Order: sequence, then C-alpha cells, then structure tokens
Amino acid sequence: MTTSTHETEIVVDPKVPLVRFVREFDAPAAKVYRAHVDPELIVQWLGPRRQQMRVETWDCRNGGEYRYVHTNDGNEYWFRGCFHELRPGELIVQTFTYEDMPDGVSLERMTFEDIGNGRSRLTATALVDSFEDRDAFVSSGVEVGAREGYEKLDELLAR
Amino acid sequence: MAADALSRVFSALADPTRRDMVARLAVGDATVNELAAPYAVTVQAVSKHLKVLEDAGLVTRSRDAQRRPVHLEAEVFDLMTKWIERYRQQAEERYQRLDAVLRSMPDEEEK
Repeated sequence: MTTSTHETEIVVDPKVPLVRFVREFDAPAAKVYRAHVDPELIVQWLGPRRQQMRVETWDCRNGGEYRYVHTNDGNEYWFRGCFHELRPGELIVQTFTYEDMPDGVSLERMTFEDIGNGRSRLTATALVDSFEDRDAFVSSGVEVGAREGYEKLDELLAR
Repeated sequence: MAADALSRVFSALADPTRRDMVARLAVGDATVNELAAPYAVTVQAVSKHLKVLEDAGLVTRSRDAQRRPVHLEAEVFDLMTKWIERYRQQAEERYQRLDAVLRSMPDEEEK
C-alpha cells in the first residue's frame, strides 16, 4: 500500500474553547477504532515519547471508567475519565482528566470514517470549560510553558 | 489577564482576511490603503480588521509618520504559532506511533 499519510491538522477554535485534530491513516476506520479501545494497543502509542504508559483500569463500555499512568524518571502522571459513548468503528465520546488538576475536565469526541482505498480519517475534538484551560493544554509540554509564555506575552504586549 | 490576551490573539487570527493581512505584513510594513487594495472591501472594513489585530497586540501603527504604516509584532505572532505548532507536532508524533501499531495489527477487523 502506498503511504500518502497526511500530517495532522490542528484547529484552535477562536469562539469555543476546543482543539481539534484531523489525521488520515492507511488503515480502515474499524482498525483505527480498535487501536483506541484495546488497552494493549493504546499503551503502544498514546503516551508521550520517553514515557511509559501503564493502564490501571480499562472498563471499555458505555459508562465504564478508565485510568492510566505515564511515568518517566520516577515521576507519575495519572489520568482518568469515563467512556460515555462507544460505537465500534465510528465514534468514541469520553471525558479526560489529569488527576493533579481534577477540576479541569476535557470532553473528547473522536469520529472515525472510511475514506476509500482502505484509508480512514480520524477527527478528535477536545472541549474544555474555559479558554484558559484550553490554552494551558495547547502550551503544555512546550519549552516555553503557559506561565512563562503568559509572562512573555504580557511583556510583549506592554511595549 | 494574560490568558485573555492569548484568547484575543487566537480570535484575531481566526478570520481569513485578518490572517491574510498578517501574512502580507510579515513581508513588510504597509499602509491601510495598501492593505485594502487586494480585497473587495472598503478601507473602513480593513480599518476595523486592523483594530482587532491592534487590540490583540499583533500589529502596531506608528503615531508620528504621516502614512502611519502598519507593523506586525512578529514576536507575539511567533509565540502563538510556536505553541500551536508544537502541540500539533506532539499529536503528529503520537499518530505516527499509531501508524506503526496499525501496521503491526492483523487485517481481520472483527474480534
């Protein structure tokens, strides 16, 4: 199969505090969906580089909960949420929380659609409660993180 | 609040005409008339867009020069685009790992 994979597109919505990723895969929607709901598969790709991912709870059904941890250098980052709606090969709606910031809950919606020739498109949307939370997500893990970034921005805007 | 400032920048860049104007200003300073030229809109409409960009801190206009050319504050623009691009790249890296997982999966779909 020729690989004509498109790079991930990102949408940072100006009117609603959401971030959307759109990505095409050289695999049918059913397969991409499976890689999202099978805990043995998801640990192989979801965690950030240089971090180990371990699934603690994975009750993959409507109303079921999940909990997993990313570790690096002895640091643990716990995440959890609830599978709200699972439609095999089509849709996942779930909540997502970083446990150190329990008030910040993201509502995630992932749609999977076949686009022909055995390929499919994933659209993953994360909606949060405020633009501050959204922008914290967007600037997370960046060398110039949110706090320093805001300071820099303040500085620049004050000129 | 800095977070509000950030949201203003996002909003300012959400409009295709304003993104176009920013791209034009990345090449060099321009007057309002020069900015209005490529669009089928009035100078007043362009001025309104400029006001939004100005409020977001993305552009400034010199007070003294008679032509009052518009200047792109590249540092503000770069900071935003870098954050977004970095976040996008993290997702792309994640999905490249998913590409590899998908290749390793057997073709039968139903479990």
